[in-house]
Amino acid sequence: MEHIKTIETRNLCESAKNGGCGECQTSCQSACKTSCGIANQQCENEKK
Amino acid sequence: MIHQYKLGGYNIVLDVCSGALHVVDDLSYDIIAGLEEIYSHQEKLDSENDGESCGMIDIETLSERVLFEMQKKYAGTDMGDPKEIRACYDQIMELKNAGKLFTKDSYEPMAGELKARTSGVVKALCLHIAHTCNLNCSYCFASQGKYHGERAVMSFEVGKRALDFLIENSGSRRNLEVDFFGGEPLMNFQVVKDLVAYARSIEKEKGKNFRFTLTTNGVLVDDDVIDFANRECSNVVLSLDGRKEVHDRFRVDFAGNGSWEKIVPKFQKFVKARGGKNYYMRGTFTHANPDFLEDIKVMLDLGFSELSMEPVVCAEDDPSRLTDEDLPIVMEQYEKLAELMIQRDREGKPFTFYHYMIDLKGGPCIYKRISGCGSGTEYMAVTPWGDLYPCHQFVGEEKFLLGNIYDGVKNTAVQDDFAACNVYSREECRNCWARLYCSGGCAANAYHATGSVRGVYKYGCELFKKRIECALMVAIHREFNQ
Repeated sequence: MEHIKTIETRNLCESAKNGGCGECQTSCQSACKTSCGIANQQCENEKK
Repeated sequence: MIHQYKLGGYNIVLDVCSGALHVVDDLSYDIIAGLEEIYSHQEKLDSENDGESCGMIDIETLSERVLFEMQKKYAGTDMGDPKEIRACYDQIMELKNAGKLFTKDSYEPMAGELKARTSGVVKALCLHIAHTCNLNCSYCFASQGKYHGERAVMSFEVGKRALDFLIENSGSRRNLEVDFFGGEPLMNFQVVKDLVAYARSIEKEKGKNFRFTLTTNGVLVDDDVIDFANRECSNVVLSLDGRKEVHDRFRVDFAGNGSWEKIVPKFQKFVKARGGKNYYMRGTFTHANPDFLEDIKVMLDLGFSELSMEPVVCAEDDPSRLTDEDLPIVMEQYEKLAELMIQRDREGKPFTFYHYMIDLKGGPCIYKRISGCGSGTEYMAVTPWGDLYPCHQFVGEEKFLLGNIYDGVKNTAVQDDFAACNVYSREECRNCWARLYCSGGCAANAYHATGSVRGVYKYGCELFKKRIECALMVAIHREFNQ
């Protein structure tokens, strides 16, 4: 019986090795200007 | 650390530190809860022992006890079979060994690393093109666009110097962002156009890519504005609160007339001309309309599909401030909003809600998640006369004045305070499951709620956590129903 389904996500531990370029959008600029939405951002490199 | 919850018919388990996301059956859900109690207790004891394993807990015996409890709980069902329980436990252990469950937080040493590595680099400016407005919204955090000061507009010379300042201080950053903000930026539209033309004339030579955004109340939107924005702005933020009576309660002109009827047709034309994308309808909900889902439905009926609806930011004594009594209503609205998104997906009429937009596979890296929004360091606001503040919400608060676009940042004490903001600098965030999604939250909200940029705006935290739970549930549903 399959008890667990794992959804594919970006591995945050791995992102420590290839992240940190700083080219991603500043979160507060994108929509609301009043509450940070870092979770809602995309990585510029992962987009490519 | 894990976070588990039930929503939308799913049993959801988030492995906080790896970002892994699982949908599990009831048996797994209960076993994981039992094991989390053991592992988190072990971790607490280890941390009290300077991070070294203290070996005081017999994890194996305690785990067996959890499995035995499951036999009792699920007796008489398929899941009560000891073999099935063991198989389920083995699947959980497999995920643990693969680093996808009960992952420990090893990121604290990296906190501040991104900011240290990019110290002095600026990549985004909020240009206060106009400290004046043609509306007189009582809930405006910018005190009707004047930021507690005098009416002012930015000259081309100041704006040009701001863009030069950005280029000079952007290091190796290629993507530079500039938001035209106010007040109402379209009250100084010629300068907006001239500044964009200037930036476009030098960006290639400088090896930069400018991304412009515009935030407007819509009153002055015309064909010229639409053509310009569609050509030059990667995103536009259009202020609309939803229902006419809700919008017109606060968003009035200086004669007290509501603005809804004037701006809605303009926004519809604007959005249509943009091909229905790269915009956000940005609403504010207050104590007067905690049932903000009704406003979202109105926006959908008006033909808008890219939506952002935000809780009001205001002083403690402001009558529009959300209250403790509003909180359960707002939380329920967020859940119903998630249900509405799923329903509209099924009907082939999807829409976007900014805070539910989570890219599971291509979201931010861990450095970004632990270091926050960059206010005061890589992101600053520029006043019409060229002063620099940590972000648009601090403009007018003199103690946060960082410097100016001519001499750069002079108030390094304030900048250092912002540079030190990260998820580990706030004690309350250390053990919060949502810390790698909010990155410690908004410094301005924290300051206005607690008097410190390193405080915690608890009301905002509750709303944020609910939004993330709903966003993950919607993402899971979409994953299963592609």
